[in-house]
Amino acid sequence: MLHKLTLSSAIKKLKKKEISHTELYTDIETQIGKINPELNIYLSLDKQAIKKAEKLIDKPLAGVPIAIKDNFLTRELPTTASSIVLKDFMSAYESTVTDRLQKEGGVIIGKTNMDAWAHGSSTETSDFGTTKNPRNQDYSPGGSSGGSAAAVAANVCISAMGSETAGSIRQPASWCGVVGLKPTYGRVSRYGVVAMASSTDSPGPIGKTVEDTAILLEQIEGHDSFDATTPEKEPSRVAEHMKKGVAGMRIGICYSDHANLKNKKVTEQIFAAGKIFERHGAQVSIVPVSDTVEKGKILKHDYAIGVYTVIQRSEVSSNLARYDGIRYGVDRSNLGPEAKRRIMLGTFTLSKGYADKYYIKAQQVRQLYLENFRQLFQDFDVLISPTTPSYAEYIGAGKDNPMFGELEDMLLEPTSISGLPGISVPCYRDEKTNLYLGMNIVSAWWQEEKMIRAAYLYETESAWNEWRK
Amino acid sequence: MKTTISSANVDHIASLSHIPITEAESKNLADGFTKVLEVVDDLFGVDTQNIQPVSQVTGLENVTRSDEVLTERMFTQEEALRNASRTHNGFFVVDQIIDK
Repeated sequence: MLHKLTLSSAIKKLKKKEISHTELYTDIETQIGKINPELNIYLSLDKQAIKKAEKLIDKPLAGVPIAIKDNFLTRELPTTASSIVLKDFMSAYESTVTDRLQKEGGVIIGKTNMDAWAHGSSTETSDFGTTKNPRNQDYSPGGSSGGSAAAVAANVCISAMGSETAGSIRQPASWCGVVGLKPTYGRVSRYGVVAMASSTDSPGPIGKTVEDTAILLEQIEGHDSFDATTPEKEPSRVAEHMKKGVAGMRIGICYSDHANLKNKKVTEQIFAAGKIFERHGAQVSIVPVSDTVEKGKILKHDYAIGVYTVIQRSEVSSNLARYDGIRYGVDRSNLGPEAKRRIMLGTFTLSKGYADKYYIKAQQVRQLYLENFRQLFQDFDVLISPTTPSYAEYIGAGKDNPMFGELEDMLLEPTSISGLPGISVPCYRDEKTNLYLGMNIVSAWWQEEKMIRAAYLYETESAWNEWRK
Repeated sequence: MKTTISSANVDHIASLSHIPITEAESKNLADGFTKVLEVVDDLFGVDTQNIQPVSQVTGLENVTRSDEVLTERMFTQEEALRNASRTHNGFFVVDQIIDK
């Protein structure tokens, strides 16, 4: 049962020599052999992982196996971004995130499936097949980091790394019943991550517990001279702050009366979480929704869908121009339907006569969200809401709906386009379907320690967490 | 303000983005784009007069580095050719595109 260990306990047990790397890796590899053919989580595996692990016992991560989303460039395993355009592509350099992880004693056990180019919210746009949700195989694991979230839920790694543009860490974490942390934009380097929407792309950890994501964030964060969007900032020190509780914190409940919340349970759970925070000394209040930027109110999320759609497509059209058939040797007819759609729509929103109408307008409305959050975080320390409108969708639900992902991620988009950090923690499990709901906890820019404190307290105080058994 | 995208628009965008598409795809894409733009058109109801468009969210300005070659990061010839489908004596091999 060693595959069920959390990151924090695996590190402790390895360091105390209560377990050996051989025992841990053999157990996880058995689990992979059992589960991977059916769930389609890993696109590639490192057979040498165990040999690397044994040498890393004195490092902070002690040689634990970590699953990496297949859009992080790695020198020793192929990087495909789940597209046949990059089938068998071997990078000549290492991404900053995987480089730092390995230097701190993490071992890349394998690369996980995702939506091709991270375009999607279900892994269904992958050219290498859909990943199934380990909690219930008829359902999608979410996406785009669906393989990484599924890897954590299925115990085929100890922790995983994902990346988020608007929901791609937190939404699959929510659907798979695990914890997903999206840092402040710029806290974690994007160097060596296959670019999607450069102005919001944020790599971040997915783990079994809040503590596990905190441990990993500390290993990967910080200024990187290879990514000009990473400021020199104080480290987050999330693991140190984690247990400080929420006494005195001002917590706002957002989107609780939302018409599109398909499931009453999720709002009930957010209010129940509010009660828990209150009991522990926080001041909890509901943040009303507004059509315009108003003090004490949150700008409705609906506009963020449009803003995100325009900005993401525009940046995609530019970023995927490099797959021109020459540099990577595979021509553009091999791009999947979703990539083609996004590149073309982005080309349109940036084209002459339309750039002002769409792109500039979207960036102006984005400014309103920034202004709104700047004001809100004067009155609140953290904001909480459901992560997604409901449980995981069944596989195939998004077919032929070009806005599928945007609708599943709608509660996350306002914070994503603003560059804010957020963490999704499981807040309910349906006994009949074994599917999970998640709560999204957001704090102000560079204040990850606040959301971690709330997330850790909630995790300790709620009964959902099977990992702690 | 409703924007409708026609097949002809799609063909033009396809050529701008250098993406080969079939006639059937073109029709399908036109419908899809029109649907997506319906959602985007919501933005036109927002008053953004005198609002500066966002160009970035980090507040960083003029991030530069010294103009130096970092030799430890340079690719070897072998690394540079790692993904080439055809090589010859340490060079990329490509099809001839200019007449002799």
